[in-house]
Amino acid sequence: MTSVPLPHDQSLPADWRDLLALTKPRVMSLVVFTGLCGLLAAPGPVHPVLGFTAVLCIALGAGAAGALNQWYEADLDAKMKRTANRPLPAGRMSRQTALHFGVGLAVFSVILMDLAANHLAAAVLAISILFYVLVYTVWLKRRTAQNIVIGGAAGAFPPLIGWVAVTGDVTTLPILLFAIIFLWTPPHFWALSLFVRSDYANAGVPMLPVVVGIESTRRHVLLYTLPMIAAAIAPWTLGLTGWVYGVTSVALNAVFLFLAFAVFANKAAEPKQMGPEKRLFAFSIFYLFGLFAALVIDRWMI
Amino acid sequence: MPEPEDELIRKRQRERSRLLALLLGAFVILMFGITIAKMSINQ
Repeated sequence: MTSVPLPHDQSLPADWRDLLALTKPRVMSLVVFTGLCGLLAAPGPVHPVLGFTAVLCIALGAGAAGALNQWYEADLDAKMKRTANRPLPAGRMSRQTALHFGVGLAVFSVILMDLAANHLAAAVLAISILFYVLVYTVWLKRRTAQNIVIGGAAGAFPPLIGWVAVTGDVTTLPILLFAIIFLWTPPHFWALSLFVRSDYANAGVPMLPVVVGIESTRRHVLLYTLPMIAAAIAPWTLGLTGWVYGVTSVALNAVFLFLAFAVFANKAAEPKQMGPEKRLFAFSIFYLFGLFAALVIDRWMI
Repeated sequence: MPEPEDELIRKRQRERSRLLALLLGAFVILMFGITIAKMSINQ
């Protein structure tokens, strides 16, 4: 928790654009997309209004988690170039406003999910928000270099929630979708943390490159890519999806593995020379979009 | 003559009030839609 009071003019109400920024809209786009894909890949019909509401609730829940994350990490964000201009560290909003906004949005999203979908979807949504805020943000992030490994589960919930909102139960495929994002998170974030290492080091966040060094992190990126590939191809090999997903998955995973090898082989220590790391980070976002898009195309068009 | 600070406060309050009104309107429409959808599923 912050020990340094952050500057803020208490008489000035927060700008609504800053409240929107608290929800991390860019992160939300991936959350909404994977949640929508989980919903569309689920068997059985879903009423368009209820489907829309379920995806809206996933987005609001993710926004609430993002707001509470920024409320708790305001002091950390102030120390990093990447996050110093966020509403709280920049002094454009009081911490109390961020807390009220985050808690209100979280409660609203869970209640609305319960009304529109079912109890299980609402429960999983609540668990995902609590996991991100309490387990990742409060407990793990400042304590262990494995923060991303365990905390990655928080971002893996959306396709599971989308699926459960339609079917009301959990089967093998949504668990595999959860596993794909869970195992994708470490190589994705470690690639980023390699070229913004000094930012994390200055803020005292024990990200892997700060704790074990650059070379070991590159080895970790390659090692964690292997179970991710196994999870990503499993839906096809287990016969849960068709050839469209299978072919797309094999192609995307081959490129991911190639880029992970390039990161492993890179010996540069300066961020300017970390082209392979930047390429892997950029591709990893495309990879997840491509994989989940293929899943939906496979379900609806084949 | 109002202070520039006062004007900024009023401007932000107006913007937030308008946005809140829009969101409440959207929420009412959404609840109506959810109710109709639930009724059509249960029939």
